[in-house]
Amino acid sequence: MEDVVPLLLLLLCVSSAAAQLCAPDASNGYKVRLSLLTALGDEAYVWNDSEMFLFRAAMAFAMRTADGQNYNVSNVLVCDETPRVSFWFVVTSPLNSSLLVERRQVEEAVRKSRNRINSAFLLTDNTLEFLGIPPTLVAPTPPSSPPWLIVFGVVMGAVGAGIVLVLGTSVMQSRREKKKAQTGFEEGEEESRAEGNGAASDSVYNLSFSDDDRLTQM
Amino acid sequence: MKFKLPNPGLEDRILSYEQLDSLEEKEAGDRPKWDNKTQYMLTCVGFCVGLGNVWRFPYLCQSHGGGAFMIPFLILLVLEGIPLLHLEFAIGQRIRRGGLGVWSAIHPYLTGIGIASMCVSLTISLYYNTIIAWILWYFFNSFQDPLPWSQCPMNANSTGIVSECERSSPVDYFWYRETLNTTPNIEDDGGLQWWILLCHICAWSVLYICIIRGIETTGKAVYVTSTLPYVVLTIFLIRGLTLKGSLNGVKFLFTPDLAELAKPSTWLDAGAQVFYSFSLAFGGLISFSSYNSVHNNCEQDAVIISIINGFTSVYAATVIYTIIGFRATERFDNCLSGNILALLNMFELPEGYITDSNYDQVVQRLNETSPEIIQQLDLPTCNLRTFLSEGVEGTGLAFIVFTEAITKMPLSPLWSVLFFIMLFCLGLSSMFGNIEGVVVPLQDLKVFPKSWPKEAITGVTCMFCCLVGLIFLQGSGNYWLSLFDTYGGSIPLLVVAFCEMFSVVYIYGIDRFNDDIEFMIGHKPNFFWQATWRVISPLIMLVILVFYFITKVSEKILYKAWDPESDNFPTLEEKLYPSWIYVIIFILAGIPALAVPLVAVWKCVMTKKRDKYIDNIVDQIQINDEIKKMPA
Repeated sequence: MEDVVPLLLLLLCVSSAAAQLCAPDASNGYKVRLSLLTALGDEAYVWNDSEMFLFRAAMAFAMRTADGQNYNVSNVLVCDETPRVSFWFVVTSPLNSSLLVERRQVEEAVRKSRNRINSAFLLTDNTLEFLGIPPTLVAPTPPSSPPWLIVFGVVMGAVGAGIVLVLGTSVMQSRREKKKAQTGFEEGEEESRAEGNGAASDSVYNLSFSDDDRLTQM
Repeated sequence: MKFKLPNPGLEDRILSYEQLDSLEEKEAGDRPKWDNKTQYMLTCVGFCVGLGNVWRFPYLCQSHGGGAFMIPFLILLVLEGIPLLHLEFAIGQRIRRGGLGVWSAIHPYLTGIGIASMCVSLTISLYYNTIIAWILWYFFNSFQDPLPWSQCPMNANSTGIVSECERSSPVDYFWYRETLNTTPNIEDDGGLQWWILLCHICAWSVLYICIIRGIETTGKAVYVTSTLPYVVLTIFLIRGLTLKGSLNGVKFLFTPDLAELAKPSTWLDAGAQVFYSFSLAFGGLISFSSYNSVHNNCEQDAVIISIINGFTSVYAATVIYTIIGFRATERFDNCLSGNILALLNMFELPEGYITDSNYDQVVQRLNETSPEIIQQLDLPTCNLRTFLSEGVEGTGLAFIVFTEAITKMPLSPLWSVLFFIMLFCLGLSSMFGNIEGVVVPLQDLKVFPKSWPKEAITGVTCMFCCLVGLIFLQGSGNYWLSLFDTYGGSIPLLVVAFCEMFSVVYIYGIDRFNDDIEFMIGHKPNFFWQATWRVISPLIMLVILVFYFITKVSEKILYKAWDPESDNFPTLEEKLYPSWIYVIIFILAGIPALAVPLVAVWKCVMTKKRDKYIDNIVDQIQINDEIKKMPA
């Protein structure tokens, strides 16, 4: 009985120390939020302790990759879990378990291995949120030559060729007609003169002479 | 006894029935002809069915009581549209001249009507092709995935996205910045935008090659430009109906609100829409009709084309609203899920606790328990009706709303290409009629020497319009375009249409007109035509003209500007025009309208002067004769 009490006290101390290290709004901690239903819909898995263990392992992996030091699952402390599936975490140094790793270093590590962490949970930057670490923007690469110029060039070329073709055929046609008119001119001269007289009766009268009645009523 | 103004010398100015028949038999005359009836019908349908059917009618329909708007629209279609259309077809077919020749043949003093309709056709040709240039720009940009207006570009030092885009939306940014590069107000001209200049040249080149030999080439082009829009509309209808929320849009469009019928503005808008939709008073329809054979049944043509035009308006409205319904539902869903996420995050509730169905109850409950937090969150209200009634018309509908909806559909480049091809065909086929209304009067006025071939005439006209159209390619071009659209194409047309009806009925003579139609199609026009031509249609035109004039003159002349520095950006800011714009408005609207009386007066004065001159000569001859007769 007497052995249990100091053990209990020790446990309390350790847990309270851990609790003090990891707390909401901790200066060196980050809040994580997962949106499983949004990301996976019907295939969403249930968040349980095993998943949490995977998270801590993934964070340890990220810290190892960034830092080089031997981080362990026990170095990643988690607290304030909610039914939303959000929690706070802090990372302790592998050399000194009461010393927290700087915020910036944690951010760097997360940024570096973001893709790996996301894939471990089948989530994306938007559904596995680290509040305070914005997702890295993918800059859209501008194409070497704007595609619209290519389409414009094709259309303009076709239209230009068409115009040249049409104008060309009409020029050739008018030249052919002029030649025909010249050769047929001498033969048709008599005919056209006769036709010219007859045409006057069919055409529309010239307006200025239509007021004949006024003149005759003098 | 029917009222008719005296019109001496009319017989001498127009061909008699015998001459017409002999012309028909001998196939003489240098007037061009249609290859077949189909070409003529397709050209007229193409001219009538234009961009207004797609982006003006759906907006009017939705904002004036949905299905109830059909009632004034159909009534005015029958009482105003069909009679005017029949009149233009019949007079063109009878007198066999273009839009200006017809009026100067009826009476030389009426040449002003022809000049007015030529001026209006010219004004509209100038800016309409700029819209086609914008459509081409979007078409050229549709051949890439993802579409350029689906995401914001990065800013100069790649730290984030461009702020103007972030504050508005990618589609707004692409339209106002990357397409128009618009300036904050109309006084800053912003210089020519080279990319739109290229598209502008392309648009005029395509138009030139289609009209290069007049209806000989236009008649072939309309087989594609008039039929393709219907094919694309059908494809979009099928695609639209399979999208989520499309039926919301259609229901919203057609839900009748009969209270709107009591408002006069509904009837005014319906009348104006029927009138502009039929492209009347441009002179183009008269010209097209004059290339027909004399005994063509113009009455049947008028009725068929009116029905097709009305049907197309309703069909296009349905298609547009399936897509708008989809977009509104998408926005509503996004709004709601955004709110739900915010609530879940704030209150640390498990996912799935708040769904679309229990959203309202949960919000109410949370509001009771912790109102301050809810206040702090400042959740926007999500209302589907609000999203649906973001009624947009004109370029806003095509280039902002519809393009945004297209980015949300799978295979967006395909839908984008189809949509802009459809708009291009609709615009191009209307341009054929506009240019016809400019080129043929110029030929009648003998502006070009007779030796010039048709290709040169159309080429010079296109070149001139292309150069003047450079105004609309500046940074402030969009503001100039809406100015031209509002004032250049409204009041003068109404004046011309009223004068047309009056001239045909009372100066040409309704009796003679009835006889002409009997000669051409075999039977006299029945009581419906008589009543509408003589009384009903002119009365409706007069009422619309007066009300339109009053509303336009009394309202403050404002324009909506895209100003990134304004306070309520991205909403467009209303600004006052500078005072020199009033001069331009007078030139656009006043000069064509005033051309009708002014030219009549001028011709009257010239005739009197010439008569006096002839009298002097005659007197002189008489005096000479008497001197000769006198004994030496």
